[in-house]
Amino acid sequence: MAVTEHETGIGASAPRKEDARLLQGQGSYVDNLTLPGMHWMALVRSPHARARIKNVDLSKAKAAEGVVAAFSGADLEDGWAGPLPMAWPVTDDINNPPHLPVATTEARYVGDAVAVVVAETRALAKDAAELVEVDYEPLPAVVDIEAALADGAPLVHEEFGTNRCYTWPLKGGEDVDELFKGADVTVEERYRQQRLIPNPMEPRGVLAQPVTATGEITLYSSTQIPHIARVTLALATGVPESKLRVVAPDVGGGFGSKLQVYPEEALGIALAAKLGLPVKWIEERSENALATHHGRDMIQEISLAATKEGKITAVRVRLTVSMGAYLMIITPGTPLLGAWVYGGAYDIKGYEFECSGVFTNQTPTDAYRGAGRPEATYAIERAVDALARKLEMDPVELRRKNFITEFPNTIASGLEIDSGDYNAALDRALEILDYDAVRREQAERRERGDAKQLGVGFSTYVEMCGLAPSRILGVLKYAAGGWEAATIRCLPTGTVQVLTGTTPHGQSHDTTFAQVVADRLGVDYDDVEVLHGDTSIVPLGMDTYGSRSLAIGMAALCNASDKIVAKSKKIAAHSLEVAEDDLEYDGGTFRVRGTDRTMTVKESAFAAWHAHDLPDGLEPTLEETAVYDPSNFSWPAGTHIAVVEVDTETGAADLVRYVAVDDVGTVINPQIVDGQVQGGIAQGVAQALWEEAVYDDSGNLLTGSLVNYLMPSAAELPDFEVDRTTTESPNHPLGAKGVGETGTIASTPAVINAVLDALGPLGVTDIAMPATPERVWRAIEEARS
Amino acid sequence: MREIAITVNGDRRELEVEPRELLVYVLRERLGLTGTNVACDTTSCGACTVLLDGESVKSCTLLAVQADGREVTTIEGLAENGHLHPVQQAFHEQHGLQCGYCTPGMVMAAVSLLGENANPSESEIREALEGNLCRCTGYVNIVKAVRHAAAV
Repeated sequence: MAVTEHETGIGASAPRKEDARLLQGQGSYVDNLTLPGMHWMALVRSPHARARIKNVDLSKAKAAEGVVAAFSGADLEDGWAGPLPMAWPVTDDINNPPHLPVATTEARYVGDAVAVVVAETRALAKDAAELVEVDYEPLPAVVDIEAALADGAPLVHEEFGTNRCYTWPLKGGEDVDELFKGADVTVEERYRQQRLIPNPMEPRGVLAQPVTATGEITLYSSTQIPHIARVTLALATGVPESKLRVVAPDVGGGFGSKLQVYPEEALGIALAAKLGLPVKWIEERSENALATHHGRDMIQEISLAATKEGKITAVRVRLTVSMGAYLMIITPGTPLLGAWVYGGAYDIKGYEFECSGVFTNQTPTDAYRGAGRPEATYAIERAVDALARKLEMDPVELRRKNFITEFPNTIASGLEIDSGDYNAALDRALEILDYDAVRREQAERRERGDAKQLGVGFSTYVEMCGLAPSRILGVLKYAAGGWEAATIRCLPTGTVQVLTGTTPHGQSHDTTFAQVVADRLGVDYDDVEVLHGDTSIVPLGMDTYGSRSLAIGMAALCNASDKIVAKSKKIAAHSLEVAEDDLEYDGGTFRVRGTDRTMTVKESAFAAWHAHDLPDGLEPTLEETAVYDPSNFSWPAGTHIAVVEVDTETGAADLVRYVAVDDVGTVINPQIVDGQVQGGIAQGVAQALWEEAVYDDSGNLLTGSLVNYLMPSAAELPDFEVDRTTTESPNHPLGAKGVGETGTIASTPAVINAVLDALGPLGVTDIAMPATPERVWRAIEEARS
Repeated sequence: MREIAITVNGDRRELEVEPRELLVYVLRERLGLTGTNVACDTTSCGACTVLLDGESVKSCTLLAVQADGREVTTIEGLAENGHLHPVQQAFHEQHGLQCGYCTPGMVMAAVSLLGENANPSESEIREALEGNLCRCTGYVNIVKAVRHAAAV
């Protein structure tokens, strides 16, 4: 694969196109949009984790200043064409409760919407919502995963007679029972993935604009998935898909939490249509904590079987996962996105996995950055360290002994890893770290009984991303495909529009997609504009999640580029009066071999537009669309190393160094890739050390604001030392693998392994996340006593 | 209602505001300066940071009436004659922003910091920006950008 390198080409850190507007306050976030006649929506949310809704009295709210309408769930119940979407019924016998945008008879979590008010201003809507009087009969709630499965537990959905949602098994390779029987050594570990709140900096927002005469509706939404939202909201609201336009304007971060179709989106559409008014809703942060889906929240049991030399032979995993109170778009499937990779980067013979989903009276869970794969990586990387402790082996040596080294490699869980070089990334990371020096310092501190002990923790991860081959999604019962679309439109004056069905919220599509097109078609980077996130401008798309924009969307773009070149070549051959075979192509220019006679793609675009002299049968204009369906997932991998200083007197764990070496395949823009990795690391470190959605026994969220949900600031984090190794994906036109989730997937276990490494001599072998000073201190005290 | 006069980005603006109106909503909804974002209800995140008489304040925590007679600078007022402010330019060059939502507040906080300390160390930058949260960058390139701007 020949790629040219220049300032804005593939491999260059081209300056971001997005920045000029975002740096000058000209972003188009939903809250910045205003329409004539616009009204505001406010929701009334249940303060109870579980309560029967006996009566909703809207009279005072309706009489309040500026209020145009108010509705209970029951008022709206017959108006829905369908429930909110749940697109991944993972088993045939899954318990899938009905889910309407506003609850009708029972509220099932704190934050569940029970009524909605529409008024002239934001403040009046909020004031009126407070006047709605709901008569609740509080019912016993269940907020603990294991308590929910106990006999006699309160039922989140009584009609099922159980809180179990589904149980999903996966087996592969040799017989796992036999491998465990024959093992010299086994480890059995149990971990808790705490519940997390994604907290993109921009809370969600919705603005629905109706055209009452025709029934058309435009929904502006802070979403990662305008295309999927259009399909599913058409089904939920009854607005024909052909009349529904969904626009994701500038979106201020998502991290999976906006990979969702929310009650407020359906309500915005329904109320705008019903009232004939533009309806706006902007989520407040405390509302976001309750009403935007959460992530993680599972109990993990993982066992490894190994030889006494440290060769891991089998991995057995059992997950019990909180679904929360309802199934959102991919709630049941989210933990299964990790189902194939609990074996990690290791060459094992047998694999057994089982996941049970459980209803609890809490905010629903769903995808949060990495979705299933951070959990998998955490479990296997911690279990490998546990095995290293048991065998008294260096964790690096144990990992090397077990790495998959031959590619492509069909792993025991059944998928094929296309490429990789796990030792190369580990070698480079150890070199950057100066592993021996860190171990020396650790030994010195141990020897002198320093209060501040040093720990080094590893995570040699592999992830499965680039979601996803449509056929596999079909086998897994996911309702949609995993393809992606791209269009390149060469305009007559020489500039180019690129349409991508992926939709960014910080990932820099405007920049990287332009880099590739500029490179391949020989146009100036500044002359390429990338359009996205509007179903009327970009009709085809499957949106952005699972590190798929580069892995899938960019592949579609490359194919569209090939089509442009092919058509352009026909025009050039015709114009230059030679056979196509007589032309050579390089960087946007066709040249008749051995001559100086040329025609550029740009020139062919003008010729295609005026169409005065095209080859017979060739359609005017130069615009091509490609739809790409991947043949495999993509498989980024690498080594992350955390160095943590633990104060054994206070329990404070301070991350002092962090080294990340990732193999994400071909890199389009190194600066942007570094940024993705760094941001992901921060989120994963935050899970390890600070963040947790805490509920009390009654189901009240105790961490419902940024005062008590501890998102890290710059002051809590060190610089991150990032580097790369590269093996190209053989399945991608550019060899790229995707990078959006690597940091989050890799970092959490590296940090916890480092904390445990620091405390190893004290006998501490487990610490729950987040590893707060109190938890660390208690673990030390327990080990000492 | 109260009559107030605020000089915003150099222009004197006279307004009638409710005593309960927060400065950020006056900027965003009355003056159309939507560059300043709102991201929390608890003065925790700093997305709404603006300069009040040259010093950073969180405009979600200031009543508009408290800005009466004072000078406010928002992100829209930073570039001059079509040239980005050195801090904006540094954020661009160092990739100090991804989704951009925290960026206006982060840039204003950085401008305020460099006004007080022209050459801050990495740890001084990290401490100074403690009140501004970013979920995208892990802060690495934000810190780089501020150091870069300080060097200009």
